[in-house]
Amino acid sequence: MYVAVKGGETAIRNAHALLAEARRGDPAVPEIGIDQIREQLALAVDRVMAEGSLFDRDLAALALKQARGDTIEAIFLLRALRTTLPRFGAALPVDTATMTLRRRISATFKDLPGGQLLGPTFDYTHRLLDPALATQTPAAPAPAAKATPKVSAKAASKAAGKAAPKPPMGETSTPAAPVPRVTDLLGDEKLIEPAPADTGAEPPDLTRTPLAFPADRATRLQNLARGDEGFLLALGYSTQRGYARTHPFVGEIRIGEVEVELFVEELGFAVPLGAVSVTECQMVNQFHGTAEAPPQFTRGYGLVFGQSERKAMSMALVDRAMRWEELGETLSAPAQDAEFVLSHSDNVQSTGFVEHLKLPHYVDFQAELGLVRLMRGAHAAASDALQDGDPE
Amino acid sequence: MNPNDMSADDVGANDMSADEPPLLSARGLTKYYGARAGCLDVDLDVYPGEVLAIVGESGSGKSTLLALLATELAPSAGTVGYRMAGDALTDLATLPEADRRRLLRTEWGFVRQNAEQGLRMAVSAGGNVGERLMAIGWRNYGAIRAEAGDWLGRVEIADDRIDDDPRGFSGGMRQRLQIARNLVTRPRLVFMDEPTGGLDVSVQARLLDLIRSLVADLGAAVIIVTHDLAVARLLSHRIMVMRHGRVIETGLTDQVLDDPREPYTQLLVASVLAA
Amino acid sequence: MSAMPTITYNFGYLDEQTKRMIRRAILKAIAIPGYQVPFASREMPMPYGWGTGGVQVTAAILGPDDILKVIDQGSDDTTNAVAIRSFFAATAGVRTTTRTKEATIIQTRHRVPETKLGPEQILVYQVPIPEPLRFLEPRETETRTLHALADYGLMHVKLYEDIARHGHIATTYAYPVMVAGRYVTDPSPIPKFDNPKLDDCPALQLFGAGREQRIYAIPPHTRVVSLDFEDHPFRVQRFDRPCALCGAEDVYLDEVILDDRGGRMFVCSDTDHCDQRRAAGHAGTMAPQGAPKGTSKP
Repeated sequence: MYVAVKGGETAIRNAHALLAEARRGDPAVPEIGIDQIREQLALAVDRVMAEGSLFDRDLAALALKQARGDTIEAIFLLRALRTTLPRFGAALPVDTATMTLRRRISATFKDLPGGQLLGPTFDYTHRLLDPALATQTPAAPAPAAKATPKVSAKAASKAAGKAAPKPPMGETSTPAAPVPRVTDLLGDEKLIEPAPADTGAEPPDLTRTPLAFPADRATRLQNLARGDEGFLLALGYSTQRGYARTHPFVGEIRIGEVEVELFVEELGFAVPLGAVSVTECQMVNQFHGTAEAPPQFTRGYGLVFGQSERKAMSMALVDRAMRWEELGETLSAPAQDAEFVLSHSDNVQSTGFVEHLKLPHYVDFQAELGLVRLMRGAHAAASDALQDGDPE
Repeated sequence: MNPNDMSADDVGANDMSADEPPLLSARGLTKYYGARAGCLDVDLDVYPGEVLAIVGESGSGKSTLLALLATELAPSAGTVGYRMAGDALTDLATLPEADRRRLLRTEWGFVRQNAEQGLRMAVSAGGNVGERLMAIGWRNYGAIRAEAGDWLGRVEIADDRIDDDPRGFSGGMRQRLQIARNLVTRPRLVFMDEPTGGLDVSVQARLLDLIRSLVADLGAAVIIVTHDLAVARLLSHRIMVMRHGRVIETGLTDQVLDDPREPYTQLLVASVLAA
Repeated sequence: MSAMPTITYNFGYLDEQTKRMIRRAILKAIAIPGYQVPFASREMPMPYGWGTGGVQVTAAILGPDDILKVIDQGSDDTTNAVAIRSFFAATAGVRTTTRTKEATIIQTRHRVPETKLGPEQILVYQVPIPEPLRFLEPRETETRTLHALADYGLMHVKLYEDIARHGHIATTYAYPVMVAGRYVTDPSPIPKFDNPKLDDCPALQLFGAGREQRIYAIPPHTRVVSLDFEDHPFRVQRFDRPCALCGAEDVYLDEVILDDRGGRMFVCSDTDHCDQRRAAGHAGTMAPQGAPKGTSKP
């Protein structure tokens, strides 16, 4: 005797209990602390903050723990919280020229005002697994710990507490004055297109306004900043392989802490809210000019929370590729297609819809099953008829 | 000759066109691509039932002109007017998008050189021809199919290919299917861009015959762009010669081809004869 | 370790500003039946594609006095339905029910209840792809233009192709409808069996697509016509046997595989409908003895 399947509620309860157990792993191993994740898996925390669009290291670390280290799941957890938070207003544009630098490199100039500052980077390391890390040892003192760079005096003093700049790793320059951006240096000679003027308009907010096409550059950049690192990496890579080549040079990458200020109407002036860590990439791209415009370099821009050069660079490549129309280029490749890129960049959206295929579809499948049976029946009848009428 | 100086005498291989107002009328049509002019200050009238050929070498601006006339490109300067059935001349730039699209799928047709751009390659031949009928409200499957079948017959595509999609068709068949798809709503004006380009000579001849008889049956006006003067001679009543974006000579096809005035036209005609 | 901020949630999870924004979109959707209204869909604590659109619509219209029913595939007991129902029980503390007649709001995925709905009820559909033209034309910019101009020839080309190739229209679910004679609309992936229930329905029908950021509506007693040809009229699926548990005919049935020797039975997809009928004494050929568990006779 058949009784319709019941017990969804119990099944879910049991599955969640198993999840909690699996998350904890072997109880003989000490439980990982949020502070450990924050301090020792900092780049994972940075990525969750960037794509979760919420700058809070502790919450991002909590999300990573809860998600058992699944980055997209952690991003999703952070987003689901962020969406409920009230908006008090839009901060003033951050000024990355005055940021406290932990790292600053340019591929376009050997030396330049402010110098090259390698900072904490995997670049130039040998990718050899280090067995020493497998054992727990007391932290070794950082080299040159005495020389904390005062890259920007103004910002450094304010950002000192929580996000103290790390010392540079064996590099030369520790400038004290604000470090000019490479694009500003090129701009002084009009060799590069000017940065878009600040119209003073409230920036678009994709989490409050539905995405519409055509999307302006500010909207596109906002979408990319939240976009999946892997997706943007692949698209950026594709432009390098000839799918809408943009002849990019890394004008500059800078990583550090930048101050966030909010203009308070009641006070009549801007008040500092604190500092956030960001990675900025200014890509300088070749451009041959048109009848109206003389030859000039163009820009691709990337800015993300935390330390993620891969993401910031990919973002800059894709930003530049999507500007094809404005720059009179032809549409020939996926990375240029803003509607395609922006509609598929969000990994919370993509993962949800891909994974929804796990949900039951038996009503629709029943409909298809009926149809296939009907068609097979008709097919069989037709071939029978053909055989019957076939003179032997 | 001044291309602006088009008198009624230049027109009218068909008797009807002399006393009827023009169907399509362009004035001062100009298109710049950056600093380069694609098409400069072109005036043009097309009368009901008339076949007008626009000839010139590649880069002469003839395809740009066609795209401007068909409102596929926006002009840098100048206007295009069209006379709707039983109506006064309407400036197409002022036509709302909905009306423009309706025009494109009812009173107008556009036969492209590359059939893949003019057909739905994954849709059956019957569906390709039926699309315009459905777009104007036909809702009886049998009637749509019968009409599509009738038109496939007219363009010499066999009955049993009605459910095949054009990916399996030869170049000539695809082009004939494209013609049926465009003519099924009996358009008053058909644009053709090198409709026989890229086809074998024998296939070309058959296709040209077909176009000539269908257009005559329907009484449609045609603006055809071609680099091939033989195509122009076979199909058109009147001809415009373009060079560097300008119309340099215009007149009755036979007159222009038999007795070209402009040195450039003489050169074009001579090279055809030599070939 | 630094102190965690306290995290609190509003009634029904969403904050009031967001609810007001969604309500404005809903009002616009009701004013323009079948038109897809863009709205700033929020991240929800369940994944996209799992009902975020429906959940946002429900959260925006839910009041403390509402009685909520959630179904997936017609059933109250499928995992996703359970998860969404418990979400609202937890975040809004509203009463929930499995009885169609008792509910004031019914959120659904893939089915319309068999029990006829009344004017005091709202049916909220979860929608994965709100654009009925999407698989004919992938570009949003183009499909919006096609809707604006009511340029629906392409949709009929698709139906034409179905008949030419299969002898009939081979769309069995998410079967496109014309709403109030103006907008071609996706009824969500309900089987076409349910399409006729959308027409002239006394209940308000709301459709939420979270990932695609669209809300649309069919107001009460709106004309909803399934697209077809005069000589190939729209027809719903028929089952050649009644529900094996309650004996109901003219309902949508799920096929249940009983064993690996080809044993099958067909039972109501709408579990509440089936329960109510059995409680009222109807029995199918394979019905167990006595009333079904959890349901008392009225």
